[in-house]
Amino acid sequence: MASIFKLDNLYRFFMKAYPVKTHTDTPITPLNKALTDCRIALITTAGLYLNEQKPYNERIIGGDCSYREIPNSLEIQSLSHGHRSMVYDTSGAKNDVNLVFPLDRFRELEDDGKIGSLNRRHFSFMGSITKPKPLINETAPEVAQKLEDDKVDVVFLTPV
Amino acid sequence: MIQRAVEAAGITTVSITLDDSITKRVKPPRALHVSYGFGYPLGEPDNIELQHAIISEALELLTDAASPPILIPFQIESVS
Repeated sequence: MASIFKLDNLYRFFMKAYPVKTHTDTPITPLNKALTDCRIALITTAGLYLNEQKPYNERIIGGDCSYREIPNSLEIQSLSHGHRSMVYDTSGAKNDVNLVFPLDRFRELEDDGKIGSLNRRHFSFMGSITKPKPLINETAPEVAQKLEDDKVDVVFLTPV
Repeated sequence: MIQRAVEAAGITTVSITLDDSITKRVKPPRALHVSYGFGYPLGEPDNIELQHAIISEALELLTDAASPPILIPFQIESVS
């Protein structure tokens, strides 16, 4: 197996050629309330899914742009890992899924009163998408709409 | 890209990034750059203190006075 160092360099080489649009603008929604009053949701691109959910499709050319809902009540160590990337090291996350989806850490912040509350659901995508059009035009706006419906104030994202 | 879509929908966002070169191209509103390997955005497995330190610095960007896009490196020195 290649070392993490070699995998990292390979990934960084891949990212230089990653077909992502260079934007000139940034969407901005200022936070207009205290974090202690905010409802927070998490989004990861670690390719997590529940055992009863359909796994990500590794055969889709350009990457699987679909997403999975993760209930807030879930015991997160029970999540399955479906990331297809050969250069993303999943060993750490398989030991402690908080590394890529820090729900336990946010539960602690909620218990300590440092954030308002956690949303009833969170979301996972799978990274390594080289043809992101369905993500940009369909699935990312769909998830954004669900979060808006849930009246979420803040989203914390962990691309892997 | 996901972050841009969520922020555009009227929800405030912050992310952890492992590769600031791509973040500079995508220009999400707020990102904390951590120098860990891919697959390790929260630093180390089972290192609760480090994970909280990263989350804390990221959440501080939500109220940063600077105008987005904000891309700040994680200050590892803050973890004892």
